[in-house]
Amino acid sequence: MAYEIVVVGTSWGGLAAIRQLIGGLPPAFAVPIVVVQHRHKNSDHLLTSLLQDHTPLCVCDVEDKAPIVGGNIYVAPADYHLLVEHGQFSLSTEEAVLFSRPSIDVTFTSVADTYGPRAVGVILTGANGDGAQGLRRIFDRGGLAFVQRPDTAESATMPTAAIRAVPKARVLTIPEIAARLASLPVAVASRSATS
Amino acid sequence: MALPLTAERSLAGPPVSYDSGLERIEIELLLEGIYRQYGFDFRSYAYASIRRRLWKRVQSERLSSISDLQALVLHDGAAMERLLLDLSVSVTAMFRDPPFYRAFRDVVLPHLRTYPFVRIWHAGCSSGEEVYSTAIVLEEAGLLDRTRIYATDINEAVLHRARAGIFPLSRMQEYTENYIRAGGTRSFSEYYTAKYDGALFSPSLTRNTVFSPHNLVTDRSFSEFHVVFCRNVLIYFDRELQNRVHALFYESLVTFGILALGSKESLRFSQYEDCYERLDPKEKLFRKVR
Repeated sequence: MAYEIVVVGTSWGGLAAIRQLIGGLPPAFAVPIVVVQHRHKNSDHLLTSLLQDHTPLCVCDVEDKAPIVGGNIYVAPADYHLLVEHGQFSLSTEEAVLFSRPSIDVTFTSVADTYGPRAVGVILTGANGDGAQGLRRIFDRGGLAFVQRPDTAESATMPTAAIRAVPKARVLTIPEIAARLASLPVAVASRSATS
Repeated sequence: MALPLTAERSLAGPPVSYDSGLERIEIELLLEGIYRQYGFDFRSYAYASIRRRLWKRVQSERLSSISDLQALVLHDGAAMERLLLDLSVSVTAMFRDPPFYRAFRDVVLPHLRTYPFVRIWHAGCSSGEEVYSTAIVLEEAGLLDRTRIYATDINEAVLHRARAGIFPLSRMQEYTENYIRAGGTRSFSEYYTAKYDGALFSPSLTRNTVFSPHNLVTDRSFSEFHVVFCRNVLIYFDRELQNRVHALFYESLVTFGILALGSKESLRFSQYEDCYERLDPKEKLFRKVR
């Protein structure tokens, strides 16, 4: 199976975890990565610039209807839900889910339903159970599910909930997850269709 | 296992086994049916979000497919009303994105002062939080008396709420913080009266406001405006419809009129990008220049 999108969900402790994950990817990593990190609704471009220092890949803020391009890392904007359609983003201001907007479950579900077995979901450190059901959906649609090893997470709640929802998820350290992502078979189309 | 159950429901989607090609056919048929039966045209709405909202309604009505929902809403006007609320309500806040309102105060008000009379259109005003927010800014600038505000939405039920001007008391702390960050110069509590769990906003804020139904998809322009607000409405439309609505806004603005969009919306994917200039490097305020 060739993969077309990687979606990463995290909350508490997420900044350091995402930095470590993207820092472990090769500069030529061709699959688009979408990061959903819980944060305050008035925080804006800070996360993007904090991540950009740790990767040669391009870290971008998402705007409505922006195309999803391989080789980019997209950060879900604060105070919106992030949905995907084939090849582009779509934003929504519907109510928060489990007190979160962006909701990891909402984005993961949208990715699962749009990309099916060509989606990869990754749950990292976090202090609540958001993302568990979304990861389950990616797995049920035939996609790949990775979870950070809870004993290596700053907050084990989110990884533990994800493992409970997806017992067959691959539970690994962040460097191991990065290495697995780096060796994924990539859909040729993910780069050419969008560039 | 109470929590996973709640989370499961929150996913608002079909069963995993549901065929996505068939799902799209069902959704297109439903939207076509709604258009032909009721005249509401959701056919060019962004697929990802309308799909999510339709499934939420399917679940609320305890149905199991989009086709079931089609049968229900085509035969039952009350069910259509419930769906219409799901499809048209946008969850917003007073002074949403405080830096936007600060920029409106600092950058847009000086332009508006040059006109003897100002017309503002809030397109897709929903329950009116941003209408009251701009009215407060204009009042504090001494401009409200020479401004007429047209606040429109497709949905009569939300317009009714907007006219009433009652917002949840539980959100006033958040709104007060937003107001201060937006550069408010008074005490925010001057503008409302607390009553039970609601905050009733002063009717004088809307003394020059007309709330009226208007459908961005099917209705034409109805005046010339100095400012058009349309924040976080276009995100629910597909690109083709966004373009059509941008044409409507372009025709509705005077030369040097100002278009205000949501913080993650842009003109980048529309044909009108070259007709406007950015008024602020960060906030989505555009001035029509050609």
